[in-house]
Amino acid sequence: MSDRTIRVLIAKPGLDGHDRGAKVIARALRDAGMEVIYTGLRQTPEQIVAAAVQEDVDVLGMSILSGAHNTLFPKVTALLKEQGVDDVLVFGGGVIPDEDIPFLKGHGIEAIFTPGTSTEDVIAYIQNNLKR
Amino acid sequence: MRELGLTIDKIIAGDVRTASRVISFAENEDARAAHILKALFAHTGRAKVIGITGAPGSGKSTLTDKLAKEMRRRDKKVGIVAVDPTSPFTGGAILGDRIRMSSLATDPGVFIRSMGTRGQLGGLAKNTMSAVRILDAFGCDYIFIETVGVGQSEVDIIKLADLVLIVNVPGLGDDIQAIKAGLMEIGDIMVVNKADKEGADRLVIELETMLDFRGEQEGLRPPVLRTIAQDGEGVPTLCDQIDIHFEHNQKIGLLEKRRRRNLRLEVENLLLDRFTRRMRQVITAADEMDNLTESLYNRETDPYTVAETLGESMKLP
Ligand SMILES: Nc1nc2c(ncn2[C@@H]2O[C@H](COP(=O)(O)OP(=O)(O)OP(=O)(O)O)[C@@H](O)[C@H]2O)c(=O)[nH]1
Ligand SMILES: [Mg+2]
Repeated sequence: MSDRTIRVLIAKPGLDGHDRGAKVIARALRDAGMEVIYTGLRQTPEQIVAAAVQEDVDVLGMSILSGAHNTLFPKVTALLKEQGVDDVLVFGGGVIPDEDIPFLKGHGIEAIFTPGTSTEDVIAYIQNNLKR
Repeated sequence: MRELGLTIDKIIAGDVRTASRVISFAENEDARAAHILKALFAHTGRAKVIGITGAPGSGKSTLTDKLAKEMRRRDKKVGIVAVDPTSPFTGGAILGDRIRMSSLATDPGVFIRSMGTRGQLGGLAKNTMSAVRILDAFGCDYIFIETVGVGQSEVDIIKLADLVLIVNVPGLGDDIQAIKAGLMEIGDIMVVNKADKEGADRLVIELETMLDFRGEQEGLRPPVLRTIAQDGEGVPTLCDQIDIHFEHNQKIGLLEKRRRRNLRLEVENLLLDRFTRRMRQVITAADEMDNLTESLYNRETDPYTVAETLGESMKLP
């Protein structure tokens, strides 16, 4: 791991219209010295993956409140795989019931941060788990 | 070496992942970037490079999105490099220009890259040129560079772009006059965006008047064009004007002249970079060996003599 700037895509898949949580994370990561690409609300999995590839991010964080995480998160990781992208650390956040977490982890969402997680924990997690 | 050739081939063939990874190398000043960029240079110079600058929030990203869409309609491949400021305190940045470009994300004929300035002044990122060059070799017909929202001193865009659009908006008040005056000199096309807002007519007149007072310059008189970027109004005309300017500048030799000047400037900047690094090493060494700062502070020597001596040691005249 060099001291190069970590690039993170923070994305909001699905139809819910709230991005306060995503923005809090984005700001915290910026303040930790990362470059955060924020793409706004209501992104399709295809848009998210295209952005992740063009921006060559190290990390992809997705936040969802609408309950569609079990379909949208695995869709994104499947598309990444399809493109041969295997060096992006993917995490999820939002309102996600505990019982869904094993399923999501099985689909390549490597960490799930539920409400109440401190931003310090997210930062530390990223710094310790980069894949390149 | 085989691997280098492969990388070059992939970029030229339009492989998105290779292009985006190489842009990262360039951004991080990874040693691999220099080799690749050297080999890539011969394959560049085809793209039309257009700078888009203007005050923060004037609609640069929204307009870039619509310009790209219109160029796609004309069957052109488009690259976008969007620059946002890096925090000087943390080194971090929020790069938000893509928010206005969502619908382009999945178009295989568009490549969008966001860059943080990473300490560079002047409204661009240090390696913006490298990104542009990679997208040029990647096959983009048009490359739009969105600068950070600027004031009058951030005019580095002319060192990179073939053509510069200045995005103006009504209702910013008179304090913006100075900014307009500074940017005025570098603009090839004046856009009055948010033409749906009050004051657009007055702004057009103001800009035309300022253009009347602009000194003699090569090329066409900058047209003042209204747009409503949000719904794409005025954008086809703007694209036509871009093409007209390219055609004209090519015909009168201005395009070539600018490109020659910019290549020279690029060499200058690269050398300056090396020189700066060397200079800092020399000063640090003098500090460590001869307690330079200490002797200066104690008035045992003076900055003028030190600069002379160190300059001589660096073989400067
Ligand atoms: N009324 C009106 N609003 C517009 C128009 N074009 C853009 N906007 C709005 O202006 C705001 C800023 O637009 P951006 O495209 O993000 O502006 P920008 O110049 O890229 O901003 P920075 O990159 O932050 O400097 C957004 O809310 C746009 O929707 C327009 O023609 N009319
Ligand atoms: Mg913008």
